[in-house]
Amino acid sequence: MTAWLLPLILIVVKSVALIVVLLLFVAYYLYADRKIWAAVQLRRGPNVVGPWGLWQSFADLIKFALKEPIVPDGANKLVFLLAPCVTAMLALSAWAVIPVTEGVAIANINVGILYIFAISSLSVYGIIMGGWASNSKYPFLAALRSAAQMVSYEVSIGFVIITVLLCAGSLNLADIVHAQDTRFGLLGWYWLPLFPMLVVFFVSAMAETNRPPFDLVEAESELVAGFMVEYSATPYMLFMLGEYVAIVTMCAMMAILFCGGWLSPIPFPPFTWIPGIVWFILKVTFFFFMIGMVKALVPRYRYDQLMRLGWKVFLPISLFYVVLVAGVLQATGWGAGMALRP
Amino acid sequence: MNLAAAFFYLFSAIMIASAFIVIVARNPVHSVLFLILAFVNAAGLFMIAGAEFLAMILIVVYVGAVAVLFLFVVMMLDVDFAELKEGFLQYLPIGSLIGIGVLIELLLIVGAWAVAPSSPGASPTAVAADISNTAALGQILYTKYFYLFQAAGLVLLTAMIGAIVLTLRHKPDVRRQVIADQNARTPAEVTLRKVPSRAGLQG
Repeated sequence: MTAWLLPLILIVVKSVALIVVLLLFVAYYLYADRKIWAAVQLRRGPNVVGPWGLWQSFADLIKFALKEPIVPDGANKLVFLLAPCVTAMLALSAWAVIPVTEGVAIANINVGILYIFAISSLSVYGIIMGGWASNSKYPFLAALRSAAQMVSYEVSIGFVIITVLLCAGSLNLADIVHAQDTRFGLLGWYWLPLFPMLVVFFVSAMAETNRPPFDLVEAESELVAGFMVEYSATPYMLFMLGEYVAIVTMCAMMAILFCGGWLSPIPFPPFTWIPGIVWFILKVTFFFFMIGMVKALVPRYRYDQLMRLGWKVFLPISLFYVVLVAGVLQATGWGAGMALRP
Repeated sequence: MNLAAAFFYLFSAIMIASAFIVIVARNPVHSVLFLILAFVNAAGLFMIAGAEFLAMILIVVYVGAVAVLFLFVVMMLDVDFAELKEGFLQYLPIGSLIGIGVLIELLLIVGAWAVAPSSPGASPTAVAADISNTAALGQILYTKYFYLFQAAGLVLLTAMIGAIVLTLRHKPDVRRQVIADQNARTPAEVTLRKVPSRAGLQG
């Protein structure tokens, strides 16, 4: 009994600790997002609750949690309430495999990157279920559009991941970081040889998580809130939470796949004395800042432009790059995975 | 009972229960949602069996793509399923025939395995401990079964082209945006009209 009870308790404690820290970070990323957006538009942003508005996210949390969740008449109640839970739970569960520093991940599984890919392809269900269960035309149409968008951009994300896998020779996220650990530091990471793929991933990540400029799912100025029209209070908060956690996950993916995860950019002391988690958080924050700036600077895409970008621009580019990377690795024998060949 | 066995029974039980609900549920959307639950539990079973790559691919392909299409179709079609289920029982003979066939095949495989565990084809090849499941699959697919693998790829390509050909329609009177033309426009080509206030655009 105790043989498996102890590991189980350990996993639960680790998971809870990770989720608490992650949610704290998400609360402040959300605050930072609003502050960046406000600064670009010469506004002040949230500045009332607490010093410099630092408690704003928690005030929002309490506000959402205390309001009455309204379930529309004729809605499929179970599916309606299940949809936000699915979104939030899937977004959080992706963090089970993300290595925040050397040897620290809840589950260091061999197919870590496929797991994240699978989780992000599942996140479309929260949207479809929410849109359908609302029993209203507008959320339903928005859900269909959103699902088409997410499925389209998953394809190019898949190809981008394949190029990284070819270089690293492993599906394990920690091994992908180790494969980037060279004596060149910053210049040995994959962002340099795979820079076009980083751009494709960056844009696709925004489309996949329905971030502006690809937020035509929600498009608050035109569509109110897309598939979340009928949602209020805690269910709405779970959708928002899932969305922001998914964005932070995508930032973490960019840090791990292209920017050496927890590795120091300058590979000698005193920089290597700084704990890896600090570098990891800095990288994630950098990518989040970039995504926040895009939200403030780039106007919203039209739906046909979005589809064109996904299928006619990103898909051919990433497909070509997969062939190119595979060819170069085969010709030169540089890939870390070459040792696996029989 | 160790932890793996406990999870095996948990996943199997949920999978069988949800597969049953897929058939009996009145609402077709609920059917598809339970089908998805069955897929996810099948992925869990694969995971326990050590086939982690298959588990993840099952989720990415079946749950993330195929079942989404099912869900689309079921949600968009307004089918009266009560009417559709009227003659449901008339399929019982042929359904049970197929079920019995599958059961016999399963029994044959398990039986051969139980009688002679070392007989070829009865049990899956043991994976070497030093390489991961994914690497082992890749090695065997791209060496021993390379031509079959390519042939499967060609079949998929044919199906893809077929789907495009079937749905491609050229409508002559649809105005499409040509991005290259748009980007090539210069301010000199654009006609700006000064519109008088409160007069509207004449002509």
